[in-house]
Amino acid sequence: MSVVKKDAGSRAFLISAYIFCGLLTVLSLIPFVIMIVNATRSTTQIQQHAISLIPGTNFMKNFAVLTSKTFNPWKGFINSLIISVGVTACTVYFSTMTAYAVVAYEWKLKKPFFTLIMCVLMIPATITSIGFYQFMYKIGMTNNFLAIILPAIASPPTVFFMRQYMIPSLPMEILQSARIDGAGEFRIFNQIVLPMMKPAMATQAIFAFVSSWNNLFLPSILLTKNDKYTMPIMVSLLTGDIYKTEYGAIYLGLFLTVLPLLVVYFLLSKYIIAGVALGGLKG
Amino acid sequence: MARKQVKGISYAKYGYLFSIPFIVAFVIFSLYPTLYTATLGFTDCKGLGNNNWHFLSDPFENFKNVLSNNSFITSLKNTVAIWIMNFIPQITIALLLTAWFTSRSNEIKGKGFFKVVFYMPNIITAATVAILFNALFSYPVGPVNDILVSLGLRDAAYQFSVDKSASRIIVAFIQFWTWYGNTMIILISGVLGISPDIYEAAEIDGANGVQTFFKITIPNIKTVLLYNLVTSLVGGLNMYDIPKLYLNGGPDNATLTANVFIYNQAFSGSYMYNKAAAASMIMFVIISICSAILFWIMRDRDEAKIQKEIKAAKKAAKKGV
Repeated sequence: MSVVKKDAGSRAFLISAYIFCGLLTVLSLIPFVIMIVNATRSTTQIQQHAISLIPGTNFMKNFAVLTSKTFNPWKGFINSLIISVGVTACTVYFSTMTAYAVVAYEWKLKKPFFTLIMCVLMIPATITSIGFYQFMYKIGMTNNFLAIILPAIASPPTVFFMRQYMIPSLPMEILQSARIDGAGEFRIFNQIVLPMMKPAMATQAIFAFVSSWNNLFLPSILLTKNDKYTMPIMVSLLTGDIYKTEYGAIYLGLFLTVLPLLVVYFLLSKYIIAGVALGGLKG
Repeated sequence: MARKQVKGISYAKYGYLFSIPFIVAFVIFSLYPTLYTATLGFTDCKGLGNNNWHFLSDPFENFKNVLSNNSFITSLKNTVAIWIMNFIPQITIALLLTAWFTSRSNEIKGKGFFKVVFYMPNIITAATVAILFNALFSYPVGPVNDILVSLGLRDAAYQFSVDKSASRIIVAFIQFWTWYGNTMIILISGVLGISPDIYEAAEIDGANGVQTFFKITIPNIKTVLLYNLVTSLVGGLNMYDIPKLYLNGGPDNATLTANVFIYNQAFSGSYMYNKAAAASMIMFVIISICSAILFWIMRDRDEAKIQKEIKAAKKAAKKGV
């Protein structure tokens, strides 16, 4: 009897769990579905029925309206790509190097240095943005991508992650034998340590790329010229008066900014989710 | 042992050499701007491209000004209120999903799929999400109004954008919507790190699922929960993209957050860099306190333990001699 009861109980549990997860799935996906469908519908259609599951045929017309004004998805894509690739390369390479300096060598100021990294771990760039902007303005670095790319050389959270990963996985014996074979320290780092750190670097690369791609605050302060706008700045143009009533074009603009991220996500979701899980365990 | 084999050559200088890029970039792009921001907080620097600024006779004038500025106080209150409205449902639902997805007696199928879907909003540009929700809640015709009217929940479309509480709730909801998947994944990985032996012992003792969750799972993921709380708080205090692009802090400052306030002071209207800098420093202090707590939580326990053991061993050795 009790066995039957338990079965009924767990079936009820499973059904309610699936219903709840199903609802959350709808909640997570529906805004994107509405966005994609409406991107293909005309503004009049949207004004009559804002929700529809049947795609329209106005995709090209919306695209023409969208690009006839300041919104330039291609330019935004290229600019964002340049910045994100630069930021990712700087973050991953130099953070691994800094972590290596902390893990592999014994030096006097190592402890205070690492404490410093831990202290500034959570200080967000937005808080220091006033001084940063004034400084960049003074040396003529506004509207220059390097002002956004170069700061990525010092990214404390990535250094912290790399150190955690490196401590158990870097065998000092291999470094010793490389030294005996006459390899220089810099070559050891580039040819032996970097390949061994590949999995951790890949994880951090994905996150550095996505967070740089999505960054709005600093780029919107520093990049004031139309032809330097990144994707998120392009998106913020959609709120202005220019597109006020062009609903189809707005949805299409949003869709174009989301598209590269959706592609990346569906190709790499397995690694991204594993990376999130790994990052949370650093506590 | 390995290190002693090549005695005679000091490798310490490479430690310094390899950290030079980090240190240089940190000093130029982080430390100097921080000090510069702090300095500007004590000056009369305003206006675009102003290089002729002076220290104020009352050095704390800007700070007093900001702290007695109603908009700033409102923005602080909004920031905290929106964060709480987002965090409580977020952690509750994340915990519930964690309990279900790690349940040993009732295996839920399709966990991988659900994780991918629940996490997805987190990867989408916050600016895009804010504008998307603005479009979804638009008036008089918008998808949300469409649903409400056609389901008979409302007779006519509702203008969400002029309702102060509705706007706050929507901003909090967007934050919740983008982050609950992330929190869930972190909590699940925390639960998977708990030794299965503890659960087996509980099962033998006849504990049911609910008891196991509250008596074993929650106490064992305390650190992960605290970590989540503090990172979420620091992130919440920095909220910018969503309130800025959803309704630009409106209606009537209802969704004005501290960072939107700072941005509006410095980069629009009269370019009050000095006041924005003072407000930044106030936020800096608040966030530093929060991250000090985080630092304390995340301190390297294993290393501290090893150091203690080494000390104890040294003491014991001394006594032996």
